[in-house]
Amino acid sequence: MYSKTVIERFQNPRNAGAMKGANGIGEVGNAACGDIMKMYLKIDDNGVIESAKFKTFGCCAAIASTDMACDLIKGKTIDEALKVTNKDVLDLLGELPPHKIHCSILAEESIHAAVQDYYKKREKELKKAQKAAAEAEAE
Amino acid sequence: MERRIYLDNASTTYVSNEVLTEMLPCFNTLYGNAGALHSLGRDAVAIIDRARDRIKTAINAKKANEIYFTSGGTEADNWAILGVAHANVNKGKHIITSQIEHHAVLHACQQLEKEGFEVTYLPVDENGLVKLPELLHAIKKDTTLISIMSVNNEVGTIQNIKAIAKIAHDYGILFHTDAVQAIGNVKIDVQDMEIDLLSMSAHKLHGPKGVGALYVKNGVRIDPITYGGESQERGKRSGTENVPSIAGFGKAVEIANRNYIINNKKLKSVRDYFLEKLSEKLEHFQVNGHPHQKTNAILNVSFYGIEGESIMMLLDLAGICVSTASACTSKSLLPSHVLKAMGVPDEIAQSSVRFSFGTNISKSDVDYVVEQLQKVVAKLRAISPVQAGRF
Repeated sequence: MYSKTVIERFQNPRNAGAMKGANGIGEVGNAACGDIMKMYLKIDDNGVIESAKFKTFGCCAAIASTDMACDLIKGKTIDEALKVTNKDVLDLLGELPPHKIHCSILAEESIHAAVQDYYKKREKELKKAQKAAAEAEAE
Repeated sequence: MERRIYLDNASTTYVSNEVLTEMLPCFNTLYGNAGALHSLGRDAVAIIDRARDRIKTAINAKKANEIYFTSGGTEADNWAILGVAHANVNKGKHIITSQIEHHAVLHACQQLEKEGFEVTYLPVDENGLVKLPELLHAIKKDTTLISIMSVNNEVGTIQNIKAIAKIAHDYGILFHTDAVQAIGNVKIDVQDMEIDLLSMSAHKLHGPKGVGALYVKNGVRIDPITYGGESQERGKRSGTENVPSIAGFGKAVEIANRNYIINNKKLKSVRDYFLEKLSEKLEHFQVNGHPHQKTNAILNVSFYGIEGESIMMLLDLAGICVSTASACTSKSLLPSHVLKAMGVPDEIAQSSVRFSFGTNISKSDVDYVVEQLQKVVAKLRAISPVQAGRF
């Protein structure tokens, strides 16, 4: 079954809960497979992940995986965070039963989804700023 | 000692002392092989015959020789499906069952499909009942067997077995029922209910694991699925008889039958109290299964917004044993096939937990369980992205 680390993380997740002022939020998974993961990131102007939190609907392995993924990317740059794979999550968790490996993959995907959302928001902000600048110039 | 409360009796039960006492001499005193002609062998035969007789009485079979011992419910189900299909192949190659059967039936049917048989998997309504018009519609000229479980193992819904058996016989079709969850919980009378074949298991009713039985009404054609011991179980089920377990099984059935009314009263009062407390202390949940046509032993509950396995794990850490049929406990990632067939949406199906009660559960146990549930559900909802209130 589950390793001690998985159970411990599941029981006492370090990074659980929503985040106020997150600038990158990603959601992956679906109810049919039983896991929905939502990752919240706060990324500073230098592209460093200041903090990472999560909310997960799912089994023990899903909750432990997302919690570990948050630990893995905190303090890292976006580029570094994107290099984090499900294998890194698995290494830290010890082990997952074969049919639960997908939980670690979802955790990896949730990082990507949150970063993608961050970029989308940034692009919007930039466009807005450009538009405002253009309007200011026109006046 | 840490408190432990076992609410997984539909999965298995402890062996009762009375049963154990019945079994013990069979291991080292009355250890004969029932196939042997000497006195120890004859003693073993007598023990098996007594067990057979007790089971015959409990299900009101006409004759004790209609009870065949197997290695458990799964073998009994497999044998009923495969054995009847094969023995009656000259009459047809169509079988009818339901979408909510145990996998011991469903996977045996899938095996038949591989062999070229046709199988109809009947849908059920939102309460888990097989729709009788659909059954009538599914019957064909070459249908040889209808197999519908008596009591569903996940939600506890009790099927209209007598009506289904009647329909089967109106069309000259054999009727089998998986009664693994029914024996001890629901009154079974194979003659009155016109059942041709019925599967049973010992460990669901305080008997030992690894033993069960198939009732086969005399005259029903069934092929064996085991070979090599043609003198055992009247040539139908090969393998040295598991005498200690058979003895325990017989005793367990006898006790369950004897205590049927009082046990059901106890179970009902525990189940009702549990539900009452649940409604008082928690919100945003639903009970799956039939509102009243179900056993007192099983309560299947979906707690909105959180996943079943995580609830089970946290309860386990608080010393409470329950189970879930949701994706994560099984090796498939799909939600329970039973809840899906009942039309329960995936998210709600994934949130389900099965509480199955025993007569040893007290009200104070229930209080403790609900108190822990409150904590567990609140904890998981706090970290879930799915809003419990939106269902």
